[in-house]
Amino acid sequence: MTDEKYILRIENIKKAFGTNEVLTGVSINVKKGETVCFIGPSGTGKSTLLRCINQLTIPDSGKIFLNDEEVTHAGPRINYFRQKIGMVFQNFFLFDHLTAVRNVEIALLKVKKMSPKEAREKAMYELKQVGMANWAEHYPAELSGGQAQRVSIARALAMDPEIMLFDEPTSALDPELTREVLEVMKKLVIDGMTMLVVTHEMGFACSVANKICFMEHGQIKEQGSPAELLNNPEFERCKAFIGEFREYSQ
Amino acid sequence: MDQITFILDVMLPAFSNGLLMTLTLIAITAPIGFLLGVAIACGRVYGGKGLSWLMQLYTIFFRGCPLLLLLFILYFGLPSVGIIFTPFVASVLGFIFCNSAYNSEYVRGAILSVKEGQLIAAKALGMTKGQAILNIVLPQALRRSIPGISNEFIYLIKYSSLAYMITLVELTGASKLIATKYFAYNETFFAVAIVYLALVTVTTFGANALEKKYAVPG
Repeated sequence: MTDEKYILRIENIKKAFGTNEVLTGVSINVKKGETVCFIGPSGTGKSTLLRCINQLTIPDSGKIFLNDEEVTHAGPRINYFRQKIGMVFQNFFLFDHLTAVRNVEIALLKVKKMSPKEAREKAMYELKQVGMANWAEHYPAELSGGQAQRVSIARALAMDPEIMLFDEPTSALDPELTREVLEVMKKLVIDGMTMLVVTHEMGFACSVANKICFMEHGQIKEQGSPAELLNNPEFERCKAFIGEFREYSQ
Repeated sequence: MDQITFILDVMLPAFSNGLLMTLTLIAITAPIGFLLGVAIACGRVYGGKGLSWLMQLYTIFFRGCPLLLLLFILYFGLPSVGIIFTPFVASVLGFIFCNSAYNSEYVRGAILSVKEGQLIAAKALGMTKGQAILNIVLPQALRRSIPGISNEFIYLIKYSSLAYMITLVELTGASKLIATKYFAYNETFFAVAIVYLALVTVTTFGANALEKKYAVPG
């Protein structure tokens, strides 16, 4: 079966909120170690698509498979899949009442049932990976946006996920903080993590993505390698969208 | 009988017995009222339609019914349908109903004030809804409930005196008995007021210390 080489398969996902059809049939396959970036105008369902993958949003129809196991309709087993699917949010969503290291270890203790010693070691290791070990005892409110986002990446990585979802991870950050977060993400790409990234950072997308998907009106309108998509978009709207980015970056 | 003898030989023993009863009432009511309040609040926020509605009914009834009336029903009313409580049990039950109903509203408000992203992030890590509520939402919500719950605790200290109305001799009851026996209303009631004031003051400082201990930056 050719499907076996795909770590993630998304088949014809549809989702509507009331009369607002956010996803009108999205299908995509992702190979292990691939980085796929989703670009496109706001409100085209990019974030909703990511949330459907770990079922934070339940799609109306369609199927999602992780390693050929169905994630949709998983029932209580969804909590097993969510451990395999790390997620990073635009607004970090760090647990406000816990220090950085406690943020990273809480799920290790409560979900993975690690011993406190084991969990602390793992949490410190992950914080070190994102350059935040010195901030372990600080609360989220004491961190800059970039630092908070790096801790949230460490929190997701601590669960040893097979794929990582990034939902506009740098949209709330200024350019300098954006860079420190993108550096961490680049390192993940190099380490071979499978990543799905919703982003407006065209530079990042072009430099690390194996595939860029341009989404509009709840569909993937165009997809290809950065070179294919940027240099020769057949799709008019995508050309215009990318053109706008070029205009401003000049 | 001079004042000193009155205080030492009459007031002190009576007050200490009464105070012991008052403290017993509080010590049993407060923890149960707190836990029940948290459970009711969770039921209202996270329960299904049926449970949420049931919990709301509980709150409406026990916040709506005057506590004194509730005690009268429990102690004087229920025996006619064959349910007989001692004054102590009737008091504790009445206090728990009232205390938990009010506490549930403080906790519910605090739960609703915790940002939705906290629960979303917890779920994304593979926590069940129960784990997420217990480990992420409640620790934050309970911190924000401390002022409300300690306020309710202070009420409890004072409304525990209503137990006297169903013949349970606690602090107020003990003072009333002495006051009438020795015809010493002012001395006795002022003295007992000071005891209540002391209890409330200790609670206030305790609550402040608790708030400080669990304070989170930001």
